[in-house]
Amino acid sequence: MDRILRVNLTDLTTRIEETPGEWAGLGGRALTSTIVAREVPPACHPLGPNNKLVFAPGLLSGTSASNSGRLSCGAKSPLTGGIKESNVGGTAAQMFARLGIKALIVEGMPKGAAWYGLRVTRDGVAIQEERELVGKNNFAVLEAIEGRLGKKAGVLSIGTAGEMRVTAANISVRDPSGKLRSHGRGGLGAVMGSKRVKFITIEDEGAPGIQLADPDKFKAASRVFTKALMDHPVSGTGLPTYGTNVLVNILHEAGGLPTRNFTSGRFDGHESICGETMHETIVARGGKPRHGCHAGCVIQCSQVYNDKDGNYLTSGFEYETIWGLGANCTITDLDDIATADSIMDDLGIDSIETAVAFGVAMEAGILPWGDGKEMLRILREEVGQGTALGRVIASGAGAVGRTYGITRVPVVKNQGIPAYDPRSVKGIGITYATTPMGADHTAGYTIATNILNVGGQVDPLKKDGQVELSRNLQIATAAIDSTGMCIFVAFPALDIPECLPAMIDMINARYGAELTGDDVVALGRTVLKTERGFNMAAGMTSVHDRLPEFFRTDPVAPHDAVWDFTDEEVDAFWNF
Amino acid sequence: MIVTVKLFAHFRNGRFKEAEKAFPDGVDCLHVIQSLEFTARDMGIVMVNGLHAALDRPLEDRDILALFPLVGGG
Ligand code: SF4
Repeated sequence: MDRILRVNLTDLTTRIEETPGEWAGLGGRALTSTIVAREVPPACHPLGPNNKLVFAPGLLSGTSASNSGRLSCGAKSPLTGGIKESNVGGTAAQMFARLGIKALIVEGMPKGAAWYGLRVTRDGVAIQEERELVGKNNFAVLEAIEGRLGKKAGVLSIGTAGEMRVTAANISVRDPSGKLRSHGRGGLGAVMGSKRVKFITIEDEGAPGIQLADPDKFKAASRVFTKALMDHPVSGTGLPTYGTNVLVNILHEAGGLPTRNFTSGRFDGHESICGETMHETIVARGGKPRHGCHAGCVIQCSQVYNDKDGNYLTSGFEYETIWGLGANCTITDLDDIATADSIMDDLGIDSIETAVAFGVAMEAGILPWGDGKEMLRILREEVGQGTALGRVIASGAGAVGRTYGITRVPVVKNQGIPAYDPRSVKGIGITYATTPMGADHTAGYTIATNILNVGGQVDPLKKDGQVELSRNLQIATAAIDSTGMCIFVAFPALDIPECLPAMIDMINARYGAELTGDDVVALGRTVLKTERGFNMAAGMTSVHDRLPEFFRTDPVAPHDAVWDFTDEEVDAFWNF
Repeated sequence: MIVTVKLFAHFRNGRFKEAEKAFPDGVDCLHVIQSLEFTARDMGIVMVNGLHAALDRPLEDRDILALFPLVGGG
């Protein structure tokens, strides 16, 4: 039976607990959100002693199931003031699962000024005071820990941004190549920093490993599942070749590529930053067009991007980051954007929130539109040094807007709106408005059906069917986020009938359970309702389920689209 | 009539990014697609002037036709 590890920083104690019966069938997001809703007082200060930081591998993490190595991290978000779950690859989820750790709960807050490292092994978790790595950024932390514990140790760490507790701070997770991936959104790095935990290491030597209830059934289902992933053109061919950045040209063409702080849906410079150009650049410089963020990923949407001289520059270089600094800030030099990606990884700040913040900063006149070099200077010298300006930008788009008196601030629940304009892709607007996470495209990725013709077709410019589409996808996503599966399995799951049943068969074969498709849908619904319940108790109302006013008043080119849903239509999302 | 054809992702391999092509008046999207030696099955997304279009949609002079294989991201 998997255990819960609990670390209390107030009295510097740790405990290993039996998993309560009602948590046994939960994993990933279902478990982090259940624990946060149960144990965190909704009205608490997110950076105070009553918030808790919860990590949980998914239900299938640690098994040989393809794409099942994702880790969920949850807490009350200092960015949104609501509940947060953020999902990441890397090696940690599989190590936790093999160690029989259902969840790691980090609670309390030290009284003194000391910083700590947490060391997870098969014997549990130990708290150790840390001096050497305080004030260091993520790459130095990863290198130092590799020196101390070897290449195999898993690492969760915060950079100096997390130490400063700015609300764009993220938590970095070591990946199989020794680089990092991020629990990006919602300022979870600030929560870790508030608890004065600089890093968490994981060693899985002597781990009990995973016992499958029915290995033969698991193997058979796993084969069907993997085949579906490989057969679908998006997960089998498109994502591995072009990565997520293939979307630049698609959204540009559809008029949904937010440009110049959301003032146009098309970007003249799209060809210089698009997935096709990036693919050619990567190949010409000897990088890797495909790369997995965790062992067992068969899709491999990630990549290794080298600089002009063929030296490693960054990886996990996603569409949202490239859109955010590219189209949204009108920067056309892909190398500047890649350099920024690497700096943001090192400092430990969310590349979406930061990019949206730069768009607002450019509108405020803090730096000129399209000035990639000044953007890099601000990241290095202002954010990196923790100056007042740097802290404002690293506190996100909402903070920049409030500080400089800007009204065009693309946020929902104070979280920056990512790479799809909700006026011209209306389904994603419903997701931004209603998800308990604050503006988050991954919570219910209607782009699949609005734009990509996956899972049917719903016209992106009309209101019809968008609420239902977003609701169905948000419910399904909440369930998938609980399995430890990467959300990109949704592409085959939407189109290939065998895919989802095979995933459920794997869960049943792993645990000796008898879940049906209906049970999985019920799980997704419960997760969403639990999260919304937390937000309501924290003081949110349906007024927080709204897009910023400018989306109603400012039509966006080329389709002159506006956000035209009534409040009642948006609120109908929750009728389930 | 003249139609601007834009190709994306691996459709560009051995072809072009963007080209102006002459066609008889009133041809539909499928006609253009087949003239480039693609089949209907190759198509992921077809847009005319930034709007999703059916394969039998007739084209007009100066239309912009964008063809994408089935790709995606997120
Ligand atoms: S498809 Fe991409 S995001 Fe998903 S697990 Fe693989 S590399 Fe990670």
